[in-house]
Order: sequence, then structure tokens, then C-alpha cells
Amino acid sequence: MREFRYERADDVDGAVALLAADPDGAFLGGGTNLVDLMKLGVATPDLLVDVRQLTSVEVTGLPDGGLRIGAAVPNADLAADRRVRERFPVLAQALLSGASGQLRNRATTGGNLLQRTRCGYFTDVTKPCNKRAPGSGCGALEGVHRNHAILGQTLDGPGACVATHPSDMAVALVALDAVVQVVGPDGERGIPIRELHRLPDDDPSRDTTLRHGELITAVDVPVLGFASRYRKARERASFAFALVSVAAALRVEDGVVADVRLALGGVAHAPWRATAAEAALRGQPATEEAFGAAADAELAAATPLRDNGFKVPLARNLVVRSLLDLVEVAR
Amino acid sequence: MDTEITLRVDGAAHPLTVDTRTTLLDALRERLRNTSPKKGCDHGQCGACTVLLDGRRVNSCLVLAVTVDDAEVTTSNGLAADGQPHRLHRSFVEHDAFQCGYCTPGQVCSAAGMLAEAQAGWPSHVTADLDAEDVDLTDAEIRERMSGNLCRCAAYANIVPAVAAVAAVEGVRR
Repeated sequence: MREFRYERADDVDGAVALLAADPDGAFLGGGTNLVDLMKLGVATPDLLVDVRQLTSVEVTGLPDGGLRIGAAVPNADLAADRRVRERFPVLAQALLSGASGQLRNRATTGGNLLQRTRCGYFTDVTKPCNKRAPGSGCGALEGVHRNHAILGQTLDGPGACVATHPSDMAVALVALDAVVQVVGPDGERGIPIRELHRLPDDDPSRDTTLRHGELITAVDVPVLGFASRYRKARERASFAFALVSVAAALRVEDGVVADVRLALGGVAHAPWRATAAEAALRGQPATEEAFGAAADAELAAATPLRDNGFKVPLARNLVVRSLLDLVEVAR
Repeated sequence: MDTEITLRVDGAAHPLTVDTRTTLLDALRERLRNTSPKKGCDHGQCGACTVLLDGRRVNSCLVLAVTVDDAEVTTSNGLAADGQPHRLHRSFVEHDAFQCGYCTPGQVCSAAGMLAEAQAGWPSHVTADLDAEDVDLTDAEIRERMSGNLCRCAAYANIVPAVAAVAAVEGVRR
């Protein structure tokens, strides 16, 4: 592991100033991903600014019935919060389906959003990876990629990358239209979460649209008001990343889809909001047939790799099953 | 780079000078000679290094020692107050819930943290009713909540009853 300085600031502005002055520095939250990547030699910061005690560990109510989640709220506490369980079951379920009890106790809300891909080429410094070492190539493209992306990848050129975003929580937050509050060297801003995570395009080294020195301070979740749930397929029953996951919310009136939110995990470089499926569903009868057609509309854009074509029907089935579950819940 | 910290472990304070790169696990084992937490994978995947940090279970291999000089660390050793085994220790022995024993201190700390989470009403991935007031630690619940602890001897068949017996005593299993 590279040597690094460890600093604590008195407040958020102080932490931002410390990091802004050091291009090789990083914020440290719970450390469950960053410390691991430092051990592997994938992350090599020369400065860690500990922010876990600077941002809020509270979940507070917003005037509209939504919630403001402090960036330092541990994943475990967020999943257990009664208001989250009642108003946003999709978020509680997503959190509970991720990692282990020990990791959820330490991992923070802000850090969860910023965790890096678990692509085996990214985490092995002896392998080519355009995300870790731009221009070195993508080992996964023709290598082991069973668990890689089927949508929005960059399949050739110096930006080639087929990695997925590993978070479950972020998939739920994307479905919920959350807003990520950040403080940076140029002040505060709120980022709609769909604009936080990037597709690889021509620069897979950048996971997000955050600028260096910007610190996530909170995540706002606006009121939803209808049923939601998270469904995840993985290769073992517990403590595994998603092959494919679905965050869904559905409002049905007189048998017709009045409102719907759909986001997919495990399929792309970013949590994937299924806007084509949502558009195909609004105003349609809430039937298995319509749900399947909507999933097909979304997945028409899929470009699966040699060994991960199974994710296309898996995603379709999970979307259909999740929406059928929500029809049952609403009944 | 060296930093001065004080680690509070199992009720005793230990002033230490540590390289900032030192994990809590390495500080406990290599500096304080507390070999109760074990190094299995060193990547947060096996749970052998589990300790309680201010009462909550964490993977000590992923915690930098410099970040916890204001916290109370409890290892499996520390659960044995006044030299008397904790009821989880006794239950693991009574149920033959280990073979080689390497994962056991982590299993015990994890179970202690998990039982506290259940008493606080926290749901899990397998909890059918997210809004339920109380937790009932069925075998399925115990398996899910203990999934961060691997046992390569596969003593799970006895670990689950060992934890279940204590859960029943503590009122979180019907």
C-alpha cells in the first residue's frame, strides 16, 4: 500500500479545501471499498481526509414527506429506519440485499454511491483495464465477463469498458429520483442521481460526474406515495453482487398503469433507469403481457457479450415479476 | 507515516504509534498481541476478523486503526468478562459449532452484534414483513444475518443451533 497522510478536518468546508489542494487525495468514509482497493494497489491516494464524522448520521424529514439522508448514515441504519421501511421499501430491500451485516454497519450512504466496480480486471493490477489504467485495454471484453454489462457499454476503442456498477442502494435511489447534495470548492449543488453515475463513453476512468474535491453531504429522496420493491438475482442466496436487479414502483388506477418507476442493476456501468419501459407502460393495462412488452422495449438496446446473454431474459423476467408483485401489493 | 493513537480494546487503553496504513486487525494482532480476531481473507469477505466497534460488528481488516482512536473495540476475548465465557462461547462449545476453530472468534463477535441488531428490531433480506415490530430469528434469519462469516470446515449445521439457543434465551426467537 502506498504511504499516505491521514487528516481530519473541523468541518465540511475544511475537508473540501484539504482535498482540493491535493489531486492525489481521497475522502475516506467507511472505507469498506477504498481500503480494500488500497490493499490491492488499485487506489493509491497520498492523502486520506476522513469525512465520516463531518457529514450527518441522521435521517430527517423533508417538508413534502420525503427524507434527507445524511451522507454518513450507515447502510445498516438506513435499512432499519422505520420511515424508510414504510415509505420506501424498495430502498430498505435494496440495502438489505447488499453486502453483509458487518459491511452494512460500516459502509456509508455517500460511500455506497461512490464504490467502484468489482470487475476482476479492474481489481487486478496485472491485467489490462481502461478504467484503472486508461489505454491499457479491456480484459473483460474477450475474457471473463459473465457478470458484466449488457447495456450502454463501450465495446471498442481506447475507452472500451463493460464493467457494471455494483451498488444495490443506488439502483433504488435512481428509481426514486433522489437528489445528491454535494459541497465542493465552487460551492454547493444538488445533482439528480441519474446525472451522478456515468456510462463509460470514451473515459471509463470516471465513474461519476463529481469534480475533484466535491463531497457528498446528503441524499434527498422525494415523496413517492405508491408501492415499491426491489428484486435481485445472484449466484448464491446471500452476500453476493447482483447478476441483475430491479427497483420498481407502480401505481395502478382502474387496471391501468398510472405511474411507474423502473431501474435495473447489474446491467450497465451506471444504475440503469428503464425509461423506454416506463414510457411503454404508462396508460397501458397492468397485465403480464404489457409488462413483458415494456421490458422488451427496454432490452431491445441490449448488446450482450459472448457469455452474458442470459442477463437479457433474466432482466425481462425480473421486471415482469416485480411489477406483478406490485399489482398484488396494491390489491 | 506514523501517527499517535490510543486504542481502547476489551476495556483497556493502549497508546500506540502506528503507520497510517495499519488496519485495526493488524494493530490488534501484531501490536497488541490480541490474536482473538483472525486474518482470513483480509478483504472483508470471510468475517474471521469480526470485532465489535462501539458495540457494532465490523470487519476489522477494512478499518484503518487511525480512524478508531475514539472508539471502544471488543474482541471475542473481551466478551469473556472476568474470565468467564460469554453465553455464546458456551453455546458454541455445547453445540460443537466448530471444527478447526479459526473462524470462531469472528463468528461469536458477529453473533453478538447480530443479536443486538435483532433486539433493536432490524429486519433482514429474508424478513417477510418489513414493518414488523419484533424480529423472530428463525434458522433462515440466522443464516441470512450470519452470511458475512464463512466457515471452511462447514460447521454451519451446528453454528445455527448454537446461535439459535442464545437467541431464544435473549427473547428474539420464538
